[in-house]
Amino acid sequence: MTKLNSNIPGGPIKDKWTNHKANINVVSPANKRKLDIIIVGTGLAGASAASSLAELGYNVKLFCIQDSPRRAHSIAAQGGINAAKNYQNDNDSVYRLFYDTVKGGDYRAREANVYRLAEVSGSIIDQCVAQGVPFARDYGGLLDNRSFGGVLVSRTFYARGQTGQQLLLGAYSALNRQIGKGSVKMYNRHEMLDVVTIDGKARGIITRNLVTGEIERHGAHAVVIGSGGYGNVFFLSTNAMNSNTSAAWQIYKKGAMFANPCFTQIHPTCIPVHGEQQSKLTLMSESLRNDGRIWVPKKMEDVEKLRKKEIRPADIKEEDRDYYLERRYPAYGNLVPRDVASRAAKERCDAGFGVNETGKAVFLDFATAINRLGKDVIEARYGNLFQMYEKITDDNPYETPMQIYPAIHYTMGGTWVDYNLMTTVPGLYSIGEANFSDHGGNRLGASALMQGLADGYFVLPYTIGDYLSNEIQTPKIDTERPEFKEAEEAVKQKITKLINNNGKKSVDSIHKELGKIMWDHVGMARNEAGLKEAIDQIQELKKDFWTNVVVPGTSDEFNQELEKAIRLADFIELGDLMARDALNRSESCGGHFREESCTPDGEAQRKDDEFAYVSVWEHKGEKEEPALHKEELKFEEVELKQRSYK
Amino acid sequence: MNLKIKVWRQKNAKAKGGFETYDIKDVSPDSSFLEMLDILNEQLINEGKEPVAFDHDCREGICGMCSLFINGRAHGPDDDVTTCQLHMRKFKDGETVTIEPWRSGAFPVIKDLVVDRNAFEKIMHSGGFVSVNTGGVPDGNAILIPKEDADEAMDAAACIGCGACVATCKNSSAMLFVAAKVSQFAKLPQGKPEAARRARNMVAKMDELGFGGCTNTGACEAECPKGISISHIARLNREYLKAKIKE
Amino acid sequence: MSLSGLFLMVFLVVHLTVNCFLFAGADAFNTAANFMVTNPIIKVVEPILALGFIIHIAWSIVITIQNMRARPVGYNKLNQGKNSTFASRNMFVLGGLVLSFLAIHIANFYVKIKFTHEVGEAIVDGVAMHDTYTLVTNLFTVWWYVIIYVIGAIFLGFHLSHGFWSAFQTIGFSNDIWRKRLNNIGRAYAVIVAGGFALIPVYFHFVQ
Repeated sequence: MTKLNSNIPGGPIKDKWTNHKANINVVSPANKRKLDIIIVGTGLAGASAASSLAELGYNVKLFCIQDSPRRAHSIAAQGGINAAKNYQNDNDSVYRLFYDTVKGGDYRAREANVYRLAEVSGSIIDQCVAQGVPFARDYGGLLDNRSFGGVLVSRTFYARGQTGQQLLLGAYSALNRQIGKGSVKMYNRHEMLDVVTIDGKARGIITRNLVTGEIERHGAHAVVIGSGGYGNVFFLSTNAMNSNTSAAWQIYKKGAMFANPCFTQIHPTCIPVHGEQQSKLTLMSESLRNDGRIWVPKKMEDVEKLRKKEIRPADIKEEDRDYYLERRYPAYGNLVPRDVASRAAKERCDAGFGVNETGKAVFLDFATAINRLGKDVIEARYGNLFQMYEKITDDNPYETPMQIYPAIHYTMGGTWVDYNLMTTVPGLYSIGEANFSDHGGNRLGASALMQGLADGYFVLPYTIGDYLSNEIQTPKIDTERPEFKEAEEAVKQKITKLINNNGKKSVDSIHKELGKIMWDHVGMARNEAGLKEAIDQIQELKKDFWTNVVVPGTSDEFNQELEKAIRLADFIELGDLMARDALNRSESCGGHFREESCTPDGEAQRKDDEFAYVSVWEHKGEKEEPALHKEELKFEEVELKQRSYK
Repeated sequence: MNLKIKVWRQKNAKAKGGFETYDIKDVSPDSSFLEMLDILNEQLINEGKEPVAFDHDCREGICGMCSLFINGRAHGPDDDVTTCQLHMRKFKDGETVTIEPWRSGAFPVIKDLVVDRNAFEKIMHSGGFVSVNTGGVPDGNAILIPKEDADEAMDAAACIGCGACVATCKNSSAMLFVAAKVSQFAKLPQGKPEAARRARNMVAKMDELGFGGCTNTGACEAECPKGISISHIARLNREYLKAKIKE
Repeated sequence: MSLSGLFLMVFLVVHLTVNCFLFAGADAFNTAANFMVTNPIIKVVEPILALGFIIHIAWSIVITIQNMRARPVGYNKLNQGKNSTFASRNMFVLGGLVLSFLAIHIANFYVKIKFTHEVGEAIVDGVAMHDTYTLVTNLFTVWWYVIIYVIGAIFLGFHLSHGFWSAFQTIGFSNDIWRKRLNNIGRAYAVIVAGGFALIPVYFHFVQ
């Protein structure tokens, strides 16, 4: 327990960040020029951190696996970004945003971090507007807001259905300015394969140039990981195909502990899987539930006829439909939070009422809304989403109900960090979705963008200075040191092993197996027996991978199969840790639902007396089991309550 | 569905490339185009051959990574979609599908269907930003922006930087890409002070990198997966002229 | 391209206007032609016009070479019919065809009037002038000249159908609203200019 010091400043919660900033050290401009910072990942967090740090005068080396920083998966966020601006005069405040986030996270987030997040949220909007982000505006020329994710105020800023894209392009533009000036050195198509620590401090990384296959060493006074979440452990998720956990996993193996790996978010409104050839799932904005009604047939005979396409959904009479969310949760109806809606869909489909051939889909029906409001109104609200749905499924949602099913969407867990966003390895930081800090057991809609940018623009640039102020005497990091050589050697050996393995199974086929294990046992509902089985199966799969995988081509060329193989090796190990964490946390909490821990009517039951802590896992070596540490969560500002949506 | 896939294979930037034709069977019409390529690659791996390299990432039409020239058109036969959103139901059973990489001197081939679009990055470095530092900016509502202007800026800002405009333009011109950025910022008060300078620098960089000139064929707009209008090119031209007149 | 093109388009309007006097009879046309020849402004404009042609042609060669260089390796399969008009993709070829026609046209009239003096004299209201009217009507008794002139006008029409709007777009005078208007005006302009020039040989061959 001694290793974990969250470094939360003292004093009242509203003064903590102000006082902390006043008390931490800063680096002089002359010294900043001498300090190098490596940042891995160019999403909202990485790009905003890189540009802000370069503006301050540090030398930044920035790495991304795609051909441009703009491709990072932040680009795909649709809905919006929260900020406690109270522009709508609806009594929003920093405290209310803080409270909603802690409550929405099912009381498993660190209060001080969340309060700081709410505190800087307004500055994010100002910053983005100044960068030329074209947020939606009303006719008076003021910024427009909408309500999002079942909160009581309108605090979500948005740019059509492409808010993530616009915010990322804003950060990307700031970044471009610094790259143009030479203060950020950009490494596109480079993948970090290991972190190098010297005397316990992070001092650099080993990368692979994805075009030439060259293994490179890069040294710096501090290393920042902003590589995103690990949803692709499930193979099918709404994450981008190349989103991976390798950077986060390599630092875990070098001593940066991993927190709450079992906290994954499942989004209820995704387009269902069409078959075995599916490679990725597409999210439909949550806003659809504002007007759509979710149902399945009441009678099994109707379900069977639907699957055989003998009847159309519209042929099923009103009294033969089960609007199960409205039935189970009369107060919130179709607007229950993401985790509740997802589990309810799974419950109906598991009971055999799934409406498509695979039995894994429910209807999201707009007929009532179209009758009430007219087709024009629905088109104005959701036209682009309906169009996207039709492009993918070839069904017209104006005429027939959409089919939806839950899918993995976001991971709240991640590298453990203290209040300064530093991991358990000195000089190694983790920002954005890659860390665990702000969302607890469940993330609210429109909060991911907020957190990524808060970390990158307004938190890390301050806190990293405190650490670096003690590094001003450290000369440029010498990458000829034995620590770098060893790390490079290890990476090369791993690659050689994979290339020479010459097995029979493709990387994707093994990844699909992992995804099935994870979805079946570590998915929407988990239980002890299933989790234990998952741990065994993953161990088997790991062996299978290292004996039977085939990676065509060579290591010194552009080789996408090799890239995938390296990432899958890490996903398999992470899957194991997720199952262990889920097994340990025998409560239901946020996105983590343990079947053993529910109320008599089947709702999630949190156990605050036993589990009001962050599970922090320490790597103990390849052969050893990971060790669990606990960061106790103290709630001084909010009272812990059981969520109810009845 | 059964298809013949005629695809460009090229070992690396220096190697000489050529077409290979593969037969592929039992593709679901509900599969996306890239899922069809996944199946092809799985098949090639099982046959002990090297899979086809192609760029892709988000597979929901927003990251701009996918970049295939299919049957003579950028992003294939459907309109307003990226390759990843193109579905196999747009093809006929038994059809031969020709897949080529983006072709432009400024986008050299890295491998097979993967090209190097770093030239776009360099154009952005030369002026694709508003010169503000983090912090010290006015309140978001301090400057009113008419809704029409914000909407028009958003239309331009929807560019995903995929390069379809360059790929489809008979001149390999990057004008639509440059115009989208210049026009977005020129339409907003935050970007106005540098509008002319930005246009001049970005156009100069584009020319320097070997992209062709714009002859207003409008092909870029027709193939742009985000439907970005060439009216933004007219705005770029205005800003560019302003900069030239000031010089 | 756009500025020289706009200038040449103004010239075409003037040229067609003068030609329209052909329909009003020999005296009217000869007077109009004589006015154009003797007007001091035209003396100044004539070399500028020549310069306009030269710039338009020379610049088109330069940018066409640059644009071809921008794509060293071409596509195996190309399907551009879906995304752009034939004229917009073939401005250089159409321009070249118009230029070939222009050479014939200059040999038929300009050379005969200015250099070889193969033109008669007409007296209108006591003023002696070239009988250009007869030059025109004689030429169009030959059927294949009629065909050459009609085809020349069609090439010109295609060239203008893209060129008109494109010139405004390049100088930045276009937006989503004006684009439609300019396109329509451009098409109308192309049809009127090409139709007007084509009508003259047809009229004189068949009607006169």
